[in-house]
Amino acid sequence: MKLTLSWLKTHLDTSASLTEIVDTLTRIGLEVEDVHDPAAVLEDFVVAQVIEAAPHPNADRLQVCSVDTGAGAPLQVVCGAPNARKGLKTVFAAPGTYIPAKKFTLGKGVIRGVESLGMLCSASELELPGDSEGIMELPDDAPVGAVYAQWARLGDPVIDINLTPNRPDAAGVAGAARDLAAAGLGVLTTPAISPVPGGFPCPVGVKLDFAPEDAHLAPLFALRLVRGVKNGPSPAWMQERLRSVGLRPINALVDITNFLTLDRARPLHVFDAGKVNGDLIVRRARAGEELLALDGKTYSLDEDVVVIADDSGVESLAGVMGGEASGCDDSTTDVLIESALWDPDNIARTGRNLGIVSDARYRFERGVDPAFALPGLELATKLIQELCGGEASTITVAGSEPTATRVVDFPFSETKRLTGLDIAPDEATAILTRLGFSVAASAKGRAKITAPTWRPDIEGKADIVEEILRIHGVDNIVSTPLARAEGVASPVLTASQKRARAARRALAAQGLVEAVTWSFVSNKQARGFGGGDPSLALANPIAAELSDMRPSLLPGLIAAIGRNAARGFGDCALFEVGQIFASDDEMGQRTAAAGVRRGLATTQAAGRGWAAPAKKAGGFDAKADALALLQALGVATSGLQIVAKGPDWLHPGRSGTLQFGPKAVVGCFGELHPRLLNELDVEGPLGAFEIYLDALPAQKAKPTKTKPRLELSDLQPLSRDFAFVVDRAAPAGDLLKAVLGADKALIVSADIFDVYEGVGVPEGKKSIGVAVTLQPKDKTLTDAEIEALAQKIVAEAEKKTGAMLRG
Amino acid sequence: MTDLEKLESETLNQIAAADSEAALEAVRVGALGKKGAISALLATLGRMSPDERKTQGARINALKDVVTERLAGRRAALEQAALEARLKSEALDVTLPAPPSALERGRLHPLSQVMDELAAIFADMGFSVAEGPDIESDDYNFTKLNFPEGHPAREMHDTFFFSPGADGKRKLLRTHTSPVQVRTMLTQKPPIRVICPGRTYRCDSDQTHTPMFHQVEGLVIDETTHIGHLKWVLEEFLKAFFEVKSVNLRFRPSFFPFTEPSMEVDVQCKRQGGEIRFGEGEDFMEILGCGMVHANVLRNCGLDPDTYQGFAFGVGIDRLAMLKYGMPDLRDLFEGDLRWLRHYGFRALDFPTLAGGLSG
Repeated sequence: MKLTLSWLKTHLDTSASLTEIVDTLTRIGLEVEDVHDPAAVLEDFVVAQVIEAAPHPNADRLQVCSVDTGAGAPLQVVCGAPNARKGLKTVFAAPGTYIPAKKFTLGKGVIRGVESLGMLCSASELELPGDSEGIMELPDDAPVGAVYAQWARLGDPVIDINLTPNRPDAAGVAGAARDLAAAGLGVLTTPAISPVPGGFPCPVGVKLDFAPEDAHLAPLFALRLVRGVKNGPSPAWMQERLRSVGLRPINALVDITNFLTLDRARPLHVFDAGKVNGDLIVRRARAGEELLALDGKTYSLDEDVVVIADDSGVESLAGVMGGEASGCDDSTTDVLIESALWDPDNIARTGRNLGIVSDARYRFERGVDPAFALPGLELATKLIQELCGGEASTITVAGSEPTATRVVDFPFSETKRLTGLDIAPDEATAILTRLGFSVAASAKGRAKITAPTWRPDIEGKADIVEEILRIHGVDNIVSTPLARAEGVASPVLTASQKRARAARRALAAQGLVEAVTWSFVSNKQARGFGGGDPSLALANPIAAELSDMRPSLLPGLIAAIGRNAARGFGDCALFEVGQIFASDDEMGQRTAAAGVRRGLATTQAAGRGWAAPAKKAGGFDAKADALALLQALGVATSGLQIVAKGPDWLHPGRSGTLQFGPKAVVGCFGELHPRLLNELDVEGPLGAFEIYLDALPAQKAKPTKTKPRLELSDLQPLSRDFAFVVDRAAPAGDLLKAVLGADKALIVSADIFDVYEGVGVPEGKKSIGVAVTLQPKDKTLTDAEIEALAQKIVAEAEKKTGAMLRG
Repeated sequence: MTDLEKLESETLNQIAAADSEAALEAVRVGALGKKGAISALLATLGRMSPDERKTQGARINALKDVVTERLAGRRAALEQAALEARLKSEALDVTLPAPPSALERGRLHPLSQVMDELAAIFADMGFSVAEGPDIESDDYNFTKLNFPEGHPAREMHDTFFFSPGADGKRKLLRTHTSPVQVRTMLTQKPPIRVICPGRTYRCDSDQTHTPMFHQVEGLVIDETTHIGHLKWVLEEFLKAFFEVKSVNLRFRPSFFPFTEPSMEVDVQCKRQGGEIRFGEGEDFMEILGCGMVHANVLRNCGLDPDTYQGFAFGVGIDRLAMLKYGMPDLRDLFEGDLRWLRHYGFRALDFPTLAGGLSG
């Protein structure tokens, strides 16, 4: 909402400075977004006259002008404007002047070999509306040497208020003035309105044609004819007001309605009575109806739109914009003035659906003062008669003003309860009264408070407190410590919160870099990772590639890896911890941790190194990351099963599923499926893992933090190496399990130190070297006992996996 | 020259000439071994007369002592030379790079760091951390929060919706973390002190808006908490978060459907180059919205607004992170650019604590 300082002062008698006014507006909740003081920006531009204009010797399109700037001898200025001519009065900028539109400071110049000591300016160079084809053309009586902004009376600061939706009353200059007066910044001087008597009945009837349940769409519609008017340009003061806030003056009748919209937050509409056929009917539009509106555009209407129609059809969109056909122009002699009340929600929807932003919509969708519909009509009549003459009819009213008053039973203690401030009932009452509330003391310390008709936002006690607080001053709020818990603060994080936090730090410690990617991915990506269910597709995605809630963190990470590779960073290891979606209900949202490695960003290195040959990241890096994560989270991995083959998006031969049982899958790891990578247009191989943090077994709650007793043996452990030959496809994990199972008491670990295929090993077989560590418990083992155990290990390995000891 | 002198001279020459442990050992055996020359001389002593033995014995023993001493000296010299040769041969080029540390390679996203900072600060003031789903119902996201029917936020151009389900209701992506307030109040009896950090979504994408962003909401509900407490919590929070000794807040009356009275809060700051300093300067920057929880919201969550009261505030986590750590562009936060993440990210062990300081 824009207003100018001088306009404000037509409603407020104040000696306050612009700064005080602006600060106060913000302080009381009418946030000033911007103050534009055109005079301040344009103070260096002066009125000047072209004395001579001669062709430039070296350029066809340029002229060399001699310019009288009112200060000393005429100056030579090179000008490219076609309208630069002898005798023209225009605007001049001397070197050193800042040109707002071009954002530079003018210097002395030599243009095509001719010195130029300044610039003749177009309106657009001063960021003023108008023709930018050439330099400005000022009337002959403009005084040479005068500061242009002062002469043109641009010196009226424009205040732009970012109005919150609860304050329709301040959508008019008078309303803003009322708030300022309540805040003690002056005296409200808005004149009272006296009715204009009607000399004859209004010849045009009005019918509100709605089903009973739709009556709220148009509670009141008042209409009056003024006949014998002489329309034409509105007076200069009104044009200046409108221009100062960015409106284009049209003609007196239209300007009056616009003026009252801005001045009193009372939108009105004027019909040329000569162009209206029959009575006016207010109704829902019919599907297929159209209207050519005053903005020159034709709108197709549907039944959600409320219109004003006559015998020829729709003439106006209620509360949003009038129609071109019945609009007023200079030939109008009889004018119908409409002042109505509309349903805010319906106006908002109509404006949005039709894409119309208008001053009327802005006010009706927030809620206009219902009690001002008729006074507003009277004021419009008075202005029309003053500016255009004419004779007014009586007022035809259809419907009625809603009369429900909102009375709040208010204990004055409520202010202290909600704000902590002691504001005496007298001060509170005074503030409310200045704002137009009526305060009737009831019981001790209580009052019945009636909100003014222009404040539809006031509902309850807290609203009253807000009014008192904002005028009293929110700066006065006293910072008050919240009570703290006694003693040392208790932990507050839940197990799952701690797990997600620990997962991030564990993966970062593993050398992965955390990314935060969109929660939505493309449908193709979603389908590639087991998602794509229609229930998880957005009805209105912001972009086609952000259409489906992600079923996995991997597609987002893979896309990020692809972007990094395209930028030249192909050795890249990223992870994310975040939400994934299996369904649209609450239980369908899970927290996952996933990581992707590409190129030489392995668990061992971050690129090529001198110490070891470079190796590309793959499934084992992913496995290492996944297991490191589980271990860091304190998950007991003894029961963890690693099953060959992960989900479909992973390479079937180079992936695995991590589970605590067939129904307790906790994640997967492996290389991305090459076909999928191809579809996603990312060059592989990529090693990836994903762990579902919610699926991990919860840590058991223990009564104490004591760790189990550590048993240390005095006897030395001993190690024995075995080389087994097994089928090439036999899982090494099974062999290890068999070895470990040979004697659960003595064998404490078994580690694979070698896997070999080739010369010396039969075709289709592989050799696996296993180092078995034995820990004697009570006594040193004899050679015979060790030999017996070795036999048992070999026998167990053969029995379980068909492994033979290598010869 | 006597035989003895000759033997001494020859033996000492051999010792000096021995260039290895083995050669030296051969000299020792030749001189002092069982069949060595000096051992042989010593063996002759028994056959000598006492007088002869006295003079010869002393001379032979002196010779033995000299040879023994020279052997030891030569052995030490050879060992020293061998060690030096070994050390020389074992020298490494220490300027070769060491294997990179995973701790140095890995990074946490600055948003994760900031969320951990928020949890540390608010835990100290007795707040726990509440979470809720991203996919919400219209009821929790709007209705219970006192958004009127027909509010523009409920339209498709502001909010991401899903297609209507079997019950005809359409779910949506939460536009703020305030539904978590509702969930908390519906399930937990006051006193309540929670922060609700999380992802939020709006149909908006330009230089300063991304369709997904992060918010943290604070909620305190009990029977006494008022705006003065709100101001204190915000001051303490911002002071702790920006790690400055004082902050100066400016409250402005404002409007939100779910609070009444509602305020926006500006924080005093000084902009210098690419930096923003808080607690000093002439500028004020809008930083968050807040207010007393609206009576209708309390009622909608089953709490009597005449008994219970409290405040709520909401602030963009992305913005907090950008202001504190100087990231210039919001959109970069979600781009996954390795260079950006390495530069603005945090190391795994940069764990924010109040004891050690949030950012160390």
